[in-house]
Amino acid sequence: MGALAFPAVFTLPFPRHVMIMIFLYGALATAWNIIAGYCGQIALGQAVFFGIGAYTSSLLYTRVGLTPWAGMIGGVILAVLVSQVVGYPVFRLRGHYFAIATIAVGEIVQALIINWDAIGGGRGVFLPIKRPDSFLNFQFHTSKAYYYYIALGLLLLALGITRWIEGSRRGYYFRAIREDQDAAAALGVNVAREKLRALAISAGLTAMGGSFWAQYLLFIDPESVFPLSLSILICLVAVLGGVGTLWGPLLGAAVLVPLQEGTRVMLGGTGKAIDLLIYGALIIVISVAQPGGLMGLFGVSRGAGSAR
Amino acid sequence: MTRLLEARGLDVLLGDYQVLWEARCAVAAGEIVALLGPNGAGKSTLMNSLSGLLRPRAGDVLFDGHAITGLPAHRRVSQGISHVLERRRLFPYLTVRQNVWLGAYAREARADRETQYQKMIELFPIISARANQLAHTLSGGEQQMVALARGLMSRPRLLMIDEPFLGLAPLIVEQLVEVIRRVNQDGVTILFIEQNVERALSIASRGYILESGRTILDGPSSELLHSAEVRRIFLGG
Repeated sequence: MGALAFPAVFTLPFPRHVMIMIFLYGALATAWNIIAGYCGQIALGQAVFFGIGAYTSSLLYTRVGLTPWAGMIGGVILAVLVSQVVGYPVFRLRGHYFAIATIAVGEIVQALIINWDAIGGGRGVFLPIKRPDSFLNFQFHTSKAYYYYIALGLLLLALGITRWIEGSRRGYYFRAIREDQDAAAALGVNVAREKLRALAISAGLTAMGGSFWAQYLLFIDPESVFPLSLSILICLVAVLGGVGTLWGPLLGAAVLVPLQEGTRVMLGGTGKAIDLLIYGALIIVISVAQPGGLMGLFGVSRGAGSAR
Repeated sequence: MTRLLEARGLDVLLGDYQVLWEARCAVAAGEIVALLGPNGAGKSTLMNSLSGLLRPRAGDVLFDGHAITGLPAHRRVSQGISHVLERRRLFPYLTVRQNVWLGAYAREARADRETQYQKMIELFPIISARANQLAHTLSGGEQQMVALARGLMSRPRLLMIDEPFLGLAPLIVEQLVEVIRRVNQDGVTILFIEQNVERALSIASRGYILESGRTILDGPSSELLHSAEVRRIFLGG
């Protein structure tokens, strides 16, 4: 309820922007949590799906004139397809090898997009500014409140899906794979298929985040939507908050995003890496003092989930 | 004697290293059979190949007369093969109940998992007593019981158990032997791995003996118990 009333109280753009970023990163980290926290596959290529979502909705809008809402769905479909094609071979790897392979995939995709002139190459894509505000065009220049509610909706969708997974059969298969892949296979769990399903859900949600981001900023390029640093940031947010828990990723975003936006405002371009320094310190403190993430402070850790 | 499971000429590699050389074994419906051999003989590798966790490079695995050599592990479970891995391998951060229920993943088993779960509680009262406890908090014996229950949830025709008695107190071992016999009497064929020859052959009606990746001997328990060859392998000399 408080979240719904926030824009009415905080009417300035900045606090609203910070909240939008918390919702966006909360959603992205929640999506990552499905494949990494519940299914145990430390995927570090989420930027691929984010970028696909950003590019698909933007290009369909600028080239075909399709509303970004439909473009968002197109991005989800494309991201899910790519996740299955890439996931099939990469899921044969385990542990660190899997994580490294996902980094490689992310780097390859970014290099491809930079050199793909037909979709803007390294220059990226500018979205034309359309006035007046229009829901269909996904553009609201008079107030950030619209973006706020859309981002909140995205976050709630990610949390809702996670909540549903937690209580469903599927969630148990995911966790069984995380805990012991061989034992799961010996019990008849189709490990390869369940991993692909977890990745598909994660990829689709991440693509929605990418579409939102593109329409929010109205400019995308390969450096901003396909970087490894984004994949890692998503992971850090979730790890800080607590992987394998419903609320952990959002909690991590609520701590890290204000830090990021705060240092950006206070220090400007010169302070670009300060937030990362603080992240690093936080991660060290957390991994020593509270390995389960911030959620551990509330006595919640990854594990049995809701069916206690 | 109808053969429920038969493996012939299995060559299995772990990486570049060949562990099994033309290994074989056969289990008839209703039997209890022991897989014996010293450390590193390839017993677990053979069992993993039977359950589909490993693919042999050469050889055949037949179940109920059909070749299942290339079938992935999860498909073998729905055919009626269940494999309880070495060291129990419970899901440590799931509860006992969740662990046991995960055994009923196969579509065929899902429909009557409720009745099967009740049966498991009857067989292992510990499951209802500890239902909501995380699996890693159980003792070794309790974990083995949960692992057996989990393996039985898919209502297998063949239950394969890798070292069920490893590191357990004699009293617990007796209980487990009792349970294994009861399960067998209910119509489940059993193949198990055990290091202790006398104990294994007192439970099983037949045994296979592996040494350095080859099946070198098999026969009824009474014969193996008095075999000079068995004495040589396990006692040296």
